[in-house]
Amino acid sequence: MLVVVVIVPTAALIFGYVFLFKMMSHMQSRLGPMEAGPHGTLQLLADGVKFLQKEDVFPDQADRRVFALAPLVVMMGTFLLFAVIPAGPDLVIESLDTGVFFALAATSISVIGVLMAGWASANKYSLLGGLRAAGQLIAYELPLVFAVIGVVIQAGSLNLQTIVTAQADGAIFGFDLVGLPYVVPQIIGFVIFMIAAQAELTQTPFDMPVAESEVVGGYHVEYTGFRFLFFFLAEFGTAFALAAVGATLFLGGWGLPNVDLDAGWMNLVGPAVLFAKIMLLAFIIFWVRFSYPRFREDQLQKFAWKWLVQLALLNILLTGLFKVVF
Amino acid sequence: MTAITDRQQLAYIAGQAADARVNVEVETEGMTLNIGPQHPATHGTLRIIARLDGEQVVSVDPVMGYMHRGYEKLTEVRSYPQVTTLVNRIDWLGSFANEVPFILAAEKLMGVEAPPRAQWIRTVLFELSRVANVILFLGDMGVQLGALTPVFYAFRDREHVLNQIEAATGGRFHPNFDRIGGLKDDLPKGWIAETRAVMVKVRSFCDEMEDLLMGSEIFEARCRGVGVIPPDVGLAYGLSGANIRASGVDWDLRRDGDTPLVWNEVDWKVWTHPDGDSFARYWVRLQETREASKIVDQLLDGIPSGPIMAKVPRIIKVPEGEAWVSTENPLGEMGYYVVSKGDTGPFRVKIRSASFNNISILPWVLRGVYVPDIITIMASLYFILGDIDR
Repeated sequence: MLVVVVIVPTAALIFGYVFLFKMMSHMQSRLGPMEAGPHGTLQLLADGVKFLQKEDVFPDQADRRVFALAPLVVMMGTFLLFAVIPAGPDLVIESLDTGVFFALAATSISVIGVLMAGWASANKYSLLGGLRAAGQLIAYELPLVFAVIGVVIQAGSLNLQTIVTAQADGAIFGFDLVGLPYVVPQIIGFVIFMIAAQAELTQTPFDMPVAESEVVGGYHVEYTGFRFLFFFLAEFGTAFALAAVGATLFLGGWGLPNVDLDAGWMNLVGPAVLFAKIMLLAFIIFWVRFSYPRFREDQLQKFAWKWLVQLALLNILLTGLFKVVF
Repeated sequence: MTAITDRQQLAYIAGQAADARVNVEVETEGMTLNIGPQHPATHGTLRIIARLDGEQVVSVDPVMGYMHRGYEKLTEVRSYPQVTTLVNRIDWLGSFANEVPFILAAEKLMGVEAPPRAQWIRTVLFELSRVANVILFLGDMGVQLGALTPVFYAFRDREHVLNQIEAATGGRFHPNFDRIGGLKDDLPKGWIAETRAVMVKVRSFCDEMEDLLMGSEIFEARCRGVGVIPPDVGLAYGLSGANIRASGVDWDLRRDGDTPLVWNEVDWKVWTHPDGDSFARYWVRLQETREASKIVDQLLDGIPSGPIMAKVPRIIKVPEGEAWVSTENPLGEMGYYVVSKGDTGPFRVKIRSASFNNISILPWVLRGVYVPDIITIMASLYFILGDIDR
């Protein structure tokens, strides 16, 4: 239990941060993050100390209580998500029968925090950023949920643990060497999920809410020091949390094909397997982030409503048909 | 002129607002957004007061002068050699290109001509500073559109170019290398071969930007048709350089001007684009950077031998008269109108730098666009704040 509660999210944050920071530095030929410690591995520590030293500033007109609470609300969704992600046969805090539903609901909590921050900062840039975030979340929650419905139909369950075992036991047309990770039959769903997750995370190319070149950081423009760090870590943390959902739903989670999933030692191997898959998806998320320019707000809305929703509905229809026929 | 431009602008707004027709029906409260003077997209201390309706711009008001440094006035109390240290600070990214036209104007007044070797080296360094300047634009455009990676590549490759400028002149940002009648020093040993290698890197950087940024669908979606400037409007507002060439006007002072610099000795091409939008401006600058690296390559082949200084008196006194010299700087037309009363320093200098005119079109071109388009258009017009606030 302890592993799931503490180690998986914390390790995901720390290793993930270091790993992605290094990845980013190499992709962008950045020299700064290579300085602190061997190959820059102590950069996280240095950043933390730097953020701690900064003054805690409240804008004059800000709604102080809402302003102070917003970063915590944003962070909350991230940690709630890990409560239902299984990391082994027994390693799950709450094996909810509606696990998928809970996970998707938890991801949207963060937008309340974003709106709180945007409104309470008493800054026009924050306001624009917050409203953009709200519009974006409404637009992309739908394809995200629709993309997952295909998996739910195929597995016949909303329980994440059941979905994991179903993927490990399955076979692709009698060929069961790799099990049946749903990324294969649900490839449309997977792509839509990744795109919507990118938007949900407000990462490039869907980062208008923060858009530092237009609205200068958007909803968190007025935040300093540790409060800003909360937003920053929540962004990384939610990336891993959504990568974890994606890994569980589409890549087989902690399970390995052709392995006895009830064996006790899977409680040790499971987290590592899950972690590797999370990192793979997080790598893709961040790779896209570092390669693309940003959409414009209207283009983003068009993309969501004109393409993604339609495609996701088509995917549900196809999955349903195949489910009935085969 | 005004009637035409307004009609064109209205047609443009109508096209832009085709998707935003809902705004006509829903009465919304306007908002004034202060962009700058401290804003990452204004490259410095430019302030834009934008009146918004939702995310659409109703009108904009650029405010400048936050870092006015009074160069024109300062030149009146300096001697001619001292003025070079001032003028190469105007556009700090392409500083060598700023000092050359001033020196040329002084030489014109004195009737001195620098020896051929000096003119060739001047032209090479001129083009190098153009490359160093425009490389940063090519990466920075990505930052303004939300892609952070290109600018790091730009900084990486600009470093090589700056190293070459430093090796030749001793200064990275402010070379102060020109003298009336020639140059301060000759090129160091091995410089030509190194510069050739750097030019290869510059071209590969351009290829990289073509793949990474210009080839991206999102980049096209953000830039195509955004900030369209028709050629007649552009000319009316005094646009020059790549900004006007992107509107299809085939005008380049390197080819069309009359300076003793030696661009006409080598084979190169002026790039134009018919569209006049942000994408065209990026495209033209990318092609120009490639072309500049080719110009440098060819010039390096043909640098003549000989002295680098003409015979000039030790204390420079410029005879009475007036001279106007303008060249094609990285940002557009930059010229100096120097008036001399026969003293050691100029009596009056009027500086015509490109950025001021290039952004004077902002209020016209920004009406009716979206907030993110403000940034796209400003980035694609490419200005250096020092070049605006002199």
